[in-house]
Amino acid sequence: MSELTKRVPKQHIVGFIGSIVLTVLAAWTAVGSNLPVPWIITAIMVLAVIQAFIQLFMFMHMTETDSGKIQAGNMLYGFFIAVVIVAGSIWTMSFGYTHDHGGNSDTEQHEEHMDH
Amino acid sequence: MDLLNFLLEDFFVTGQPLIYGAMVSIVLVSFAIVFVLTYFKKWGWLWREWLTTVDHKKIGIMYIIAALAMLFRGGVDALMMRVQLTLPGMEFLDSQHYNEIFTTHGTIMIIFMAMPFLIGLMNYIVPLQIGARDVAFPFLNALSFWSFAFGALLFNISFVIGGSPDAGWTSYTPMAGANLNPGPAQNYYLMGLQVSGIGTLATGINFIVTILKMRAPGMHMMRMPIFTWSTLITSIIIVFAFPILTVALALMTIDRIFGSHFFTLTGEGMPMMWANLFWLWGHPEVYIVILPAFGIFSEIISTFARKQLFGYKAMVYSMVVIAALSFVVWVHHFFTMGAGGAVNSFFSITTMLIAVPTGVKIFNWLGTMYKGRIRFDTPMLWSLAFIPCFVIGGVTGVMLAMAAADYQYHNTYFLVAHFHYVLIAGTVFGCFAGLTYWYPKMFGHKLNEKIGKISFWFFVIGFNICFFPMYFLGLAGMPRRTYTIEPEWMPLNVTASIGAVLMAIGFVIFVYNIYYSFRYSKRETTGDAWDGRALEWATTTPVPFYNFATLPHIDGSEAFWRLKERGGSTYETDKLKPIHMPSDSGVPFIMMALMFVASFALVWEWITLAIVGLIGVIVCMVIRSFDYDDGFYVSVDEIKRTEEKAREGEQ
Repeated sequence: MSELTKRVPKQHIVGFIGSIVLTVLAAWTAVGSNLPVPWIITAIMVLAVIQAFIQLFMFMHMTETDSGKIQAGNMLYGFFIAVVIVAGSIWTMSFGYTHDHGGNSDTEQHEEHMDH
Repeated sequence: MDLLNFLLEDFFVTGQPLIYGAMVSIVLVSFAIVFVLTYFKKWGWLWREWLTTVDHKKIGIMYIIAALAMLFRGGVDALMMRVQLTLPGMEFLDSQHYNEIFTTHGTIMIIFMAMPFLIGLMNYIVPLQIGARDVAFPFLNALSFWSFAFGALLFNISFVIGGSPDAGWTSYTPMAGANLNPGPAQNYYLMGLQVSGIGTLATGINFIVTILKMRAPGMHMMRMPIFTWSTLITSIIIVFAFPILTVALALMTIDRIFGSHFFTLTGEGMPMMWANLFWLWGHPEVYIVILPAFGIFSEIISTFARKQLFGYKAMVYSMVVIAALSFVVWVHHFFTMGAGGAVNSFFSITTMLIAVPTGVKIFNWLGTMYKGRIRFDTPMLWSLAFIPCFVIGGVTGVMLAMAAADYQYHNTYFLVAHFHYVLIAGTVFGCFAGLTYWYPKMFGHKLNEKIGKISFWFFVIGFNICFFPMYFLGLAGMPRRTYTIEPEWMPLNVTASIGAVLMAIGFVIFVYNIYYSFRYSKRETTGDAWDGRALEWATTTPVPFYNFATLPHIDGSEAFWRLKERGGSTYETDKLKPIHMPSDSGVPFIMMALMFVASFALVWEWITLAIVGLIGVIVCMVIRSFDYDDGFYVSVDEIKRTEEKAREGEQ
């Protein structure tokens, strides 16, 4: 408690401004920029991930408790596993092909179907 | 009349003399148990001391007893398969029965033998190794055990009631789907694994919290015994891997019972997605059953080489690397699915990479023994046998990792030999080693050394005779899961069957040793049976239910070794304080019994009964939520009495 009264909450200010900037940037990318759609989606995703990290570190004080390192490690591992499961499954189940090579397996047709 | 027809035609498995025999023996054994308990008036004792206990030590022992029973069941399955495969044209089992037996063998050995055996050892040892008085959530721990026990029961009754699952322990769709596999059999697999999976997940969470939060003062992470480290890493893998299985099982259950199309051939389903999800869990799973065994071997080799563990940090980091890599190799189980070159090469390389941290560990064990004054007690023999046998399994694993070559090995006996070499030499040797090593801590006397060594030699020699020929059978083209053999495979199959019999003899001698040692072994007077190094040996034998009267301050690795050097103890009379302990509870048992009823109903697709059972489970949860019993305090007087009685022999 004493900490709060003594010093300027630098982290919170940085986090707050950072969040606003990122949000405005994301809104501009979607509405104002003339980028192609895949680029817009990629840009918004990247901004969202940065925003998530700001939340975790600046506001949720992930690294400040005794078990900070463990928390951070656990979350990173969690992200890693999530990416592996989702991206890995999509990659594997599309047989590693991004385009239809004239294959006739069910799985490829299924992937094609999802793209429409 | 309808009911009778249903019972005779669908409910009970009929027409197999072997299964009639099993039914008769199940009924007889059940009657015998009920009779003994009633005659000796032991029902109250059973309920108070075991069914309602939340003590991590008793739960650990129950896990191990259940695991030994499952090892027997899985072993009988294995022997029946070996009989069928010994000679060409055997008519011991028909193809359907053979399919059921290899399915239950695999599932039981992995889910209901290997995991509970290791979790039992973890339960008993880890709180003692870190200086805790119980696990973080004792109630949850009891819940975990009963969910495993009832899950195992559900899976095991399938062979007399409704028929066993027959689609392999991997249960690939569409083979395991409702179209090709109607009836309750496959549902037993789904519900049995689902129910026991709840417990495994809860155990993972429990041990992560226990190890992170309940270590004795001064025990930093890098001062923890290596078995505790392996348990921590295992628990993390469990928490991340088991939800995948839970989801996959749930999807297949919904497919089968409610007619959805996740894994079906029709209606946009993706059968290979089951294989994908299964192995996303399944590969981490094999590390879940091997890492604790690595931890056990590390403890034993260090104790019996009378040296500090060589390369402690390398051991820890290699386990962390294994935990990460274990999630990125799963596709090597279905290279032959025919994914593109990029997919197969990627998973080929990650699979080979995982051999690196494992190799590091092998060299660390060798380094620990180098210039050590080695004692050759039974636990050490198991550990020594593990190293060369496991290396054979590992090297053939790297052979299998080459995607192109795997098209030759896939689903042949080469693969069967490989995974038995890693799972038996790793996990089963580890379980035997760990049980023998910690036996005096658990039961107050050692297992007889001479009988232990006889059982060891039977088992290890039998193991190599049984599984080494299988590599050559695989190269000669013998496919996995075949129920008849060609004449040219006969000589090696006869050899393998002889090995299987030797292993069975080894197991029987091991079990006899438990009885023999109970009758005749010298009782332990101190808590330190093997001149141990980690903190579990600092407690008295038998371990008091609160584990440590006072917690020692830990000032380095190998806590007990240091404690012995400076003459410390876990009983410092001036530091005694009342100890807070959790109360026993019957809720976990009842809750999981109701879960059993619900799952059994779902197996038969009796939806009303399933809902009733689930409501019962929820009622139990509500009861637990309003349970304000915060446990009790053990008074200083009682601690003094207990400790003085336990320490009489030492003076």
